Amino acid sequence: MGRYWLLMRSVFARPQRWSMYLRETVRQMSDIGIGSLMIVALISIFMGAVAAIQFAYQLDGTLVPLYYIGYIVRDLAIIESAPTVTCLVLAGKIGSNIAAELGGMRQKEHIDAMEIMGVNTASFLIMPKIVAGVVMIPLLVTVSAFVAIIGGYAATVPTGHLTNMDYLRGVRAFFIPYNVFVMYVKATAFAYILTSISAFQGYYVQGGSIELGRASTNAVVFSNILILLFDYLIAVVLTG
Amino acid sequence: MIRIENVTKSFDGVAVLKGISHTFEEGITNLIIGKSGAGKTVLLKILVGLMEPTTGSVWYDDVEFNKLGKQELRKVRMQIGMLFQGSALFDSMTVEENIRFPLDMFTDWSLKKKRERVNDCLKRVNLENVNDKYPSETSGGMQKRVGIARAIVLKPKYLFCDEPNSGLDPRTALLIDELIQSITYENKMTTVINTHDMNSVMETGDNIALLHMGELVWSGNKSEVLESDNDTLQDFIFASPFLQRLRKKALGK
Ligand SMILES: Nc1ncnc2c1ncn2[C@@H]1O[C@H](COP(=O)(O)OP(=O)(O)O)[C@@H](O)[C@H]1O
Ligand SMILES: [Mg+2]
Repeated sequence: MGRYWLLMRSVFARPQRWSMYLRETVRQMSDIGIGSLMIVALISIFMGAVAAIQFAYQLDGTLVPLYYIGYIVRDLAIIESAPTVTCLVLAGKIGSNIAAELGGMRQKEHIDAMEIMGVNTASFLIMPKIVAGVVMIPLLVTVSAFVAIIGGYAATVPTGHLTNMDYLRGVRAFFIPYNVFVMYVKATAFAYILTSISAFQGYYVQGGSIELGRASTNAVVFSNILILLFDYLIAVVLTG
Repeated sequence: MIRIENVTKSFDGVAVLKGISHTFEEGITNLIIGKSGAGKTVLLKILVGLMEPTTGSVWYDDVEFNKLGKQELRKVRMQIGMLFQGSALFDSMTVEENIRFPLDMFTDWSLKKKRERVNDCLKRVNLENVNDKYPSETSGGMQKRVGIARAIVLKPKYLFCDEPNSGLDPRTALLIDELIQSITYENKMTTVINTHDMNSVMETGDNIALLHMGELVWSGNKSEVLESDNDTLQDFIFASPFLQRLRKKALGK
């Protein structure tokens, strides 16, 4: 725990050369952003679809108007599924990747080689990943929210659960901009958590492939636990 | 010149280095020799500041190296080049990008000037037309050469090599040794080399320190090796009976 904060202190140092950091950040952004677009789209379409069908089933035979399906799918996406579920999945994909990459560099003495040159490796190797995550993950979460709404549409309108008009009416109903703000707070916080925790796990790897595997697993497990913990805390603080 | 005074290092109470004092001279190849597990790598890592000594001090000329703050440490490090045992080339970068990396990070030079310097260094290690290859596409000997080129690209005053010829065939190993030695002489660098290879010792041992179970048990140069009565040294250098006989013959006994 103390070591994590010490590491973060060296991470957020003034870059030794902006152009190198920028190039590295752009590379990471494309890795994280483009590299995760497909999986985010895929899980989001199903999350939206499942939510819509589930509510269509639960609302069946009740007095609740059908257009509520659109409304519920939208708010579920914005409040919970887009930021939280997406980030849990991204912790598995990006987090394990970051830990494995840094851990491999540590074991192959790449980090030592850079240190010897005089590079602040904690900063040069980790800051671009955190910055790229904090920029790209909220964008991915935005995509997730839209795709989930489309997923809900695709699962209910063509199958005749409700009409095109009803679904769209629901999607526009009772819209609270504040919820979108909460979504971005979550997305940003989770992005920071999953990139920094995973980098921490990878950066200090010792030993061989077993330790590397463990670091990668720990990156995912600890990120997920902290994401859920902060999901709760943010909910309490911002909506409680 | 690098001087260490009474350096000890323990891991979880187990002493790996036990009070070592030694001077690594400028302009020559300084060897740290000893069996596997003797503590050579640990000592080298302490010399370059990748590990802290448990007690004792490391001096670079008049600067107490292990007391420096992070910022000052990085300044000294720009004068340090190091060749790692596994070469430690960045595998997502080409040979040229690897060698250029320190220049990209620490100089304001134009790309043209950086390329020229990279090619000079490549030529110095007898490599040409490998700029766009990835490390994985080159042989172990080539990777060592690229590692050397990267280590000398910023014209360091100090060069460190951890087992520079491990994993190479004897012929290539000798060439790498010779290369490191001539680069050292040309640039008057303080070079420190870890090795357990007796060929290297007898070829490039300008100043030799023998580590045994964490203690410095002998020091001298390669011509003093033959004459020494130190049992640990003789055991290490002339490990085989065949070599023992050769030594006796050479000494006329
Ligand atoms: N980070 C470490 N933690 C604990 N023990 C270590 C560490 N690094 C080296 N050692 C121990 O120190 C001793 C010397 O190792 P080393 O310097 O690598 O030997 P060599 O002379 O072969 O390079 C070995 O017994 C090794 O197990
Ligand atoms: Mg070693």
